[in-house]
Amino acid sequence: MTGVRLGKPWRDLDDAGIAALPGQLGVFQIGDAEGVVLELGFAGGRSRFGLRSAIAETAAKHERAARFRYEVTMQYWSRFEELLAVYLADHGELPVGNADRGDRRIGRIAAPGR
Amino acid sequence: MDFELTAEQRLILETVRRFVHEEIVPLEADLDPDASELPPHHRERLVAMTKELGFYGLDIPEEYGGPGIDLVTRTLMAFEMAQHRAGLYAPCYGVFGGAGLAQLYEADDDQKERYLHPVLRGEKRGFFALTEPSGGSDPARAIRTTAVRDGDDWIVDGEKTFISGADKADFGIVFARTDPELGRKGITCFLVDTDMPGFRVRRIIHTLRSTHYAAELEFNRVRVPGRNVLGEVNQGFAIANDRLSRNRIPYAAGCIGVALKAQEMAIAYAKARKTFGDYLSTRQAVQWMIVDNEIDLRTGRALTLEAAARADAGKPFRTEAAICKLVASEGASRVVDRSMQIHGGYGMTKDLPLERWYRELRIRRVGEGPNEIQRLIVARDVIGGSFH
Ligand SMILES: Cc1cc2nc3c(=O)[nH]c(=O)nc-3n(C[C@H](O)[C@H](O)[C@H](O)COP(=O)(O)OP(=O)(O)OC[C@H]3O[C@@H](n4cnc5c(N)ncnc54)[C@H](O)[C@@H]3O)c2cc1C
Repeated sequence: MTGVRLGKPWRDLDDAGIAALPGQLGVFQIGDAEGVVLELGFAGGRSRFGLRSAIAETAAKHERAARFRYEVTMQYWSRFEELLAVYLADHGELPVGNADRGDRRIGRIAAPGR
Repeated sequence: MDFELTAEQRLILETVRRFVHEEIVPLEADLDPDASELPPHHRERLVAMTKELGFYGLDIPEEYGGPGIDLVTRTLMAFEMAQHRAGLYAPCYGVFGGAGLAQLYEADDDQKERYLHPVLRGEKRGFFALTEPSGGSDPARAIRTTAVRDGDDWIVDGEKTFISGADKADFGIVFARTDPELGRKGITCFLVDTDMPGFRVRRIIHTLRSTHYAAELEFNRVRVPGRNVLGEVNQGFAIANDRLSRNRIPYAAGCIGVALKAQEMAIAYAKARKTFGDYLSTRQAVQWMIVDNEIDLRTGRALTLEAAARADAGKPFRTEAAICKLVASEGASRVVDRSMQIHGGYGMTKDLPLERWYRELRIRRVGEGPNEIQRLIVARDVIGGSFH
């Protein structure tokens, strides 16, 4: 069982880091230099180069983007929903890049310990 | 059994088929291949269309405002409605509306006002929590969650697992042991609001079905008012049995629906793909796979319609519902598997819907009562006696 939070180490967002990313499907976070999460995302079945292209495209939307971390998973939908719900429970709001969810519900998960 | 379609059924099926082809399938080209929801503006547009067609709330009984469609027609529609990528667990992305949980129809008037009607209006969502870490196939013995009376209230303590949709729900139907001496007759059904203190969703359980996922729940001294007991105390298993058997029929039909589409795709591909100088469709090995598909499809389809016809005729149909659920889920899994084989490498990709159907059909053999339990039901009905 994976922990409910994305506990992977942050990596610097630079060309070499992006180029080294796998083309697999999965979930990721884009963060600023202080480690504040700017957006949670997933590389789904339509992404051109999996995590590599999805992370690069999402990071390009955020001026302050400086780091990223990711997890390879085929269950990217349920893992993405889980990460959103846990983030909301921990911080009381979603990352700025996820704030516009229309009328879609975010799950309520009260995961233990941070 | 004669399944000659009436003129009205033919018209309904033609309408649903066109709806799937013209409204649903084109949208899927832009959605993530695992998606189970439509963007809100499309959803609203399509719900308005199904309302206009008089098909909204298909499974809602007529006395609650549903269109009053008989089960044979409903089954025929389910064959059609599943024929797209998300069709197994999200037929037409839910734009035909839901019926709510079967047990809610057994609620008293006050409970219907607080739970059933808001669900039918799309304002509230519920979950169904029977399975526990100690087991799901034999809940009468496995349930460890307890509910103890405290004045007018009940205190619920325990855990549930594999509960679909619980993290986004407003309430749940929760089965708890109220008399440890009485076994099956000591279980009570409660309506638990998800904002009641002590209720907690611990984590999501990641399975082959990435959307419509399940969750693990904790009940830590949750105080539930006595007016939230659904049905009678200690009679939790008595409620909604008929409706649960009935639900197995469209459930089986959904399996057949995606398999019908998989077969159509396999035939088209076999006729278009050449190897060693000729079409795959000319090879006996491929023809036999297609023939075996056809046998599985016709068997599953006929048995599902038979169960529906018996239910419509007011005859006992528990055995037939169990048989169609297990034959359809197993047969459809084989059909999709063979169709993937005919497609070769492409069959494994997310470019085609086959891989999603393959994963999700695997769950159909465990969900809605595992197939071994369906076999137990049939054995009990045809041999008699009880089984342990
Ligand atoms: C994606 C998903 C969603 C789900 N959603 C819900 C939900 O919303 N609500 C809910 O309450 N549950 C839900 N479930 C749980 C599901 O109903 C259970 O998994 C199922 O009832 C089997 O229970 P179990 O997993 O504990 O297996 P067990 O009961 O431990 O059984 C294990 C295996 O042994 C077989 N078996 C058991 N007894 C016998 C026997 N006498 N003879 C032969 N074989 C036997 C079973 O068929 C099964 O294959 C969900 C499960 C999944 C995977």
